Amino acid sequence: MKDALEIGGRCFQSRLLLGSGKLSSDALIPEIAARSGAEIITVALRRIDFKSASANILNHIPKNMQLMPNTSGARNADEAVRIARIARAAGCGNWVKIEVITDNKYLLPDGYETVRAVEILAKEGFVTLPYVSPDLMTAKRLVEAGAAAVMPLGAPIGSNRGLKTKELIRILIDEINLPIIVDAGLGKPSHACEAMEMGAAACLVNTAIAGASDPVAMAAAFSMAVQAGRQAFLAGPGAETSFATASSPLTGFLREGIGH
Amino acid sequence: MSFYETYQTFRQILEQAGKASHGPDQIQRILQQSTLKPWDLYALLSPAAAPFLEQMAQKAHRLTVQHFGRTILLYTPLYLSNYCTNFCRYCGFNAENPIPRKQLSPAEVEKEAQAIAETGLKHILILTGDARQLAGLDYLKSCIAVLRRYFTSIGIEIYALETGEYRELIAAGVDSLTIYQETYDESLYQELHPQGPKKDYCFRLDAPERACRSGIRSVNIAALLGLGDWRTDAFFTGLHADYLQRTFPEVEVGLSLPRMRAHAGAYQPLYPVKDAVLVQIMLALRLYLPRAGIALSTREQAGLRDNLIRLGVTKMSAGSTTRVGGRTQAHDDVGQFEIADERSVAEMQARIQGLGYQPVFKDWQPI
Repeated sequence: MKDALEIGGRCFQSRLLLGSGKLSSDALIPEIAARSGAEIITVALRRIDFKSASANILNHIPKNMQLMPNTSGARNADEAVRIARIARAAGCGNWVKIEVITDNKYLLPDGYETVRAVEILAKEGFVTLPYVSPDLMTAKRLVEAGAAAVMPLGAPIGSNRGLKTKELIRILIDEINLPIIVDAGLGKPSHACEAMEMGAAACLVNTAIAGASDPVAMAAAFSMAVQAGRQAFLAGPGAETSFATASSPLTGFLREGIGH
Repeated sequence: MSFYETYQTFRQILEQAGKASHGPDQIQRILQQSTLKPWDLYALLSPAAAPFLEQMAQKAHRLTVQHFGRTILLYTPLYLSNYCTNFCRYCGFNAENPIPRKQLSPAEVEKEAQAIAETGLKHILILTGDARQLAGLDYLKSCIAVLRRYFTSIGIEIYALETGEYRELIAAGVDSLTIYQETYDESLYQELHPQGPKKDYCFRLDAPERACRSGIRSVNIAALLGLGDWRTDAFFTGLHADYLQRTFPEVEVGLSLPRMRAHAGAYQPLYPVKDAVLVQIMLALRLYLPRAGIALSTREQAGLRDNLIRLGVTKMSAGSTTRVGGRTQAHDDVGQFEIADERSVAEMQARIQGLGYQPVFKDWQPI
């Protein structure tokens, strides 16, 4: 049985999603996509220059990838809705990563406005992937609002600090019946692996790849880490204990009937 | 509530405490911190931090790449009018300077816009002197209506406005405000602005706040380096930006680091800022405000601009002129100040790419 990631009626083999905002050149995107095998990429509408023949980022995105415009710059639900509509009208499809950020200092998402935007856009037929803090009540409201997935942050965006919100994301994984995609904060492949081992459906990575000395190689490393984490999750890791368990137990004879 | 209260509090402490001395241990400790307090910024601007420029640069580079990626947003200034009723002693547009005065008509604005748009730029910054009777809101709105057809982001660098006026220009299509306090030293400010509307220190100081309350997307502030004691001015620029970030978290707050350039007047800066000092200021502010955009104009020479890209700059102007109509009309006037980096947009684009960065032409559009 194939282990596919299903979002918005489409199945994906890769569980690594890419960002695109911080690369030294958009021309790196095809190679990053090829080496990582990623099938979904998010692009800020604010950065897309539809009129430019040479400087249009969309020209660098492989045709087989699922384009996911994002609402970067939206300060409230209405702005996010307008950005999503502009993107769809411009031919970018009906997927949208909803980012509503009213805090430019920490770039933390506004859960309330995000839920409002999802409510509106889902009704209009958008496949919405909202970026939120890992809050269970917000996530439940997103489910009701019609989100296609929930994308909690592992740490503040761009911080590379790893899975700092692990316990809260674990609750979302346990309680929310939608793909949980860890977005933001993952700085190393091991962070992504940890999220996947825990049962996250996928990871979205931008800064850690774009900021690497070799972004292509780092994208490949993230891809392997995501796959390893997923396989480990499917394999069912052994339980953690607070004391060592010897592989040749000293009291094994009691169970083997030798000690009587 | 105004930044003026914060300014007064810190100014009092500085006046009472005098110049605090800092040691190398303190600088090293600050460089280990993930967040900086106001007095940490002051320490990084002190002589004690000068030997630590390389360590500061390494950290500033990491933080900038982390938060902004390897990207440089390109924009260009468009001077609409050099009529001015102010007497700023350091400025080429000073009302007393016998320079040819000019104001572009909307048709002339369109020609300039076409010339700029051909270079691929999408972000424009419009500038005027301070002459409301000539370059008032209606004039500005007519120019903005033309420019909206060519550019996806329009910034203003004009005289300070009232809250409702900012709201009107935002509704007309403006998304960002650049306004420099010139110097935060209130008494020096009075000396440098002896007459004219700009004389009112607090009205200018509060202008970014009024724009933020009006719904502007981004504000860009600065002190004109060289006018006053640069340590104090850089310190208050940082505090002002931090205040704006905290008070208006929905607004993108950025900084510029303009150094005084040669201009039509005879005024010479009291506190010339050397390259190493400019670097120290940029690094200290980057470490204090990791998410603030930092703009660098063509006031600086090409070689220095190239070297500063890796130290924290996120926005650069290109293909600039400080003359009214400087791109399409004969040069019978002088600019506000001399340009030091005269590279074209295409040359800047190639150089930025050569340095391993992506020149970004579009980072906003009207929604």
